[in-house]
Amino acid sequence: MLDIVLNREIKINPTSSQLTTQDILGAWKARWGINRMNYKVEPGLYRLGNPDPNAPVLVTANYKMTFDALRKELTNFDAWILVLDTKGVNVWCAAGKGTFGTTELLNRLAVVQLDNVVSHKTLILPQLGASGVCAHDIQKFSGFKVVYGPVRAKDIKEFIQSGMKATDEMRTVTFSAYDRLVLTPIELVSTFRISLMIFGVLFLLNLIGIGPFGAVDFYAYVGAVIIGSVLTPVLLPWIPGRAFAWKGWFLGFIWVIVNLLMGWPSSEYSVLKALGYLLILPPVSAYLAMNFTGSSTYTSFSGVLKEMKIAIPAMIISIGLGAILILVNSFI
Amino acid sequence: MKHSYLKNVSTLRMDSGKCTGCGMCLEVCPHHVFVMSKGKSIIVDKDRCIECGACVKNCPFKALEVKPGVGCAAAIIKGWLTGTEPSCDCSDGSCC
Ligand code: SF4
Ligand code: SF4
Repeated sequence: MLDIVLNREIKINPTSSQLTTQDILGAWKARWGINRMNYKVEPGLYRLGNPDPNAPVLVTANYKMTFDALRKELTNFDAWILVLDTKGVNVWCAAGKGTFGTTELLNRLAVVQLDNVVSHKTLILPQLGASGVCAHDIQKFSGFKVVYGPVRAKDIKEFIQSGMKATDEMRTVTFSAYDRLVLTPIELVSTFRISLMIFGVLFLLNLIGIGPFGAVDFYAYVGAVIIGSVLTPVLLPWIPGRAFAWKGWFLGFIWVIVNLLMGWPSSEYSVLKALGYLLILPPVSAYLAMNFTGSSTYTSFSGVLKEMKIAIPAMIISIGLGAILILVNSFI
Repeated sequence: MKHSYLKNVSTLRMDSGKCTGCGMCLEVCPHHVFVMSKGKSIIVDKDRCIECGACVKNCPFKALEVKPGVGCAAAIIKGWLTGTEPSCDCSDGSCC
């Protein structure tokens, strides 16, 4: 019988539970959108602490922030970490796209020859990876049994030490005010480009003598942006209603009313212009708030679609009318 | 504070006849949509479902069905503009 012995070298990378200043700085930069798409670690097998063949195998994504979040919870712990190639995307997103998926996991198991490294047949996957991975197919094709661990990395040690039992709390996705706050910088940064474009247009209108648009217009707009992309996400569960666009619109509306009471319409700001802003600014906040559905953990595709089908036409009409009022106001 | 999103929109369906009560869906669902009752899984709160598809993918007996998708407005807009299936391009914390 032909006996082919594949003596490929098994490559194992060392890692530790200590984050360096550089790791922390990198995470901060990624939150603000700097170099985010390229924040990756090499896929493959990692050794954390001093694992023996019985040590648990934890599977994760190759987004560096995800990998760091996992290993920083594993102080004084020995484990193998199997990093899948998710193109630098976190587990949840990658599972949705299918890159944190059945095929990649099966391939990666073969590439690192995991069955030659460990003596058991259990893989611990983050629960949020489940939408990409089919556990019974992994078992069928590789022999490894998939156990879905807790949602959050901070519970992983407790999960393993309690004999792989997840409490209800470990299994539940939460979305605290802090969780939401750390996501807002990126929302804000992503509005910069479009905001600059709007300022450009207003500046041009000023130049050709339609206007003038000045400091008040500027802060009214910036206020609406901050309300939509920071305040609404942070205050989310406390704002009445369910749809995100509505929540953003509601706060944006309050913002305009407060401004009106604080001095609009002054001699410089006619009723027409004030009305125009009442039509324009709340939809701006609403639009940005609606975009936060992507960062939230509890919205469904069907829900967002339903919300958008009503919100988008309403926003377009409202902003259109408001723009007409303001232009008309500029001419009289 | 509990979050609640739009009601009655999820496309989740269960064929109880096929369910063997293996419990996998309870294990993977991140929003406690299922409970086990008399040896079968039942949907207790469909409005909590985010259509992630985890239960469908991991049910060994094909008892569940959902149209999976991303609950992300930016992705849906991009899908409309480019005429493709919505998919998210972000790589942030809990994005999409
Ligand atoms: S995974 Fe499928 S078979 Fe198992 S309990 Fe859930 S619905 Fe029933
Ligand atoms: S699709 Fe996701 S959220 Fe909905 S029931 Fe299945 S696992 Fe739960």
